[in-house]
Amino acid sequence: MQLRYFAWVRERVGLEAEEIDLPETVTTVAGLLDWLAARDDAHAAAFADRGTIRVALDQMHVEHDAPLTGAREAAFFPPMTGG
Amino acid sequence: MSPHPSSPAGSDQTRAGGADISVRIQAEDFDAGREIAALTASNGNTGAVVTFTGLCRDEDGRLAALELEHYPGMAEAEITRIAEEACQRWPLGGLTVIHRHGRIVPGANIVLVVAVSRHRRAAFEAAEFLMDYLKTRAPFWKKEHLRDGGDGGWVDARDSDTRDADRWAAVPPVEP
Repeated sequence: MQLRYFAWVRERVGLEAEEIDLPETVTTVAGLLDWLAARDDAHAAAFADRGTIRVALDQMHVEHDAPLTGAREAAFFPPMTGG
Repeated sequence: MSPHPSSPAGSDQTRAGGADISVRIQAEDFDAGREIAALTASNGNTGAVVTFTGLCRDEDGRLAALELEHYPGMAEAEITRIAEEACQRWPLGGLTVIHRHGRIVPGANIVLVVAVSRHRRAAFEAAEFLMDYLKTRAPFWKKEHLRDGGDGGWVDARDSDTRDADRWAAVPPVEP
């Protein structure tokens, strides 16, 4: 699965994107956030305040309880400030 | 007289998706006058044009520039989804939305919405709806660069923007 990070999430993770092999036990967005946060200090810092993180699967907004089924790309970012 | 007189067959076509939607994400500036002319030229039954242009403030002289980051692909897709929803809710002839990214200095354009319809109310409301949803759902993030050379950090999302978007849930669609 391709992961993409934007704005301060990108800065804290230290990457714009990365490819991961999703463990079979990780089936939801919330599970993926937990798994990522446990990987290293940078991911842990990016996802420390889980409630502020917005998530898109295949470029569609989703909630944290959404299943990952079939998603090829997950993106993580702060609340949006365009316009 | 009804405030929203019913119009003949054309509005069904619009509701069915006949509206002319154009969404562009670009680093370059835009010309609001040219966009109005293009959209009205292709919609002969237009009686109303509403435009909104969002500019970069100087924040009382504090700001040197904004850096607008975006999610390529999703930015276009999400704004198109919002524009399509607007065309479901209001009988529009067309919608043009342009959102810039990259470094933008105070006084420069950031975003443009042009809504055209047969009657004014649909165009006014659709333009406002577009902006309210765009602010909370379009994947853009602003970072401040300060005139004193400092990094002002990422702009925080405003709760009032979320409330502005949420209020549309209670607004019934306008009849053509």
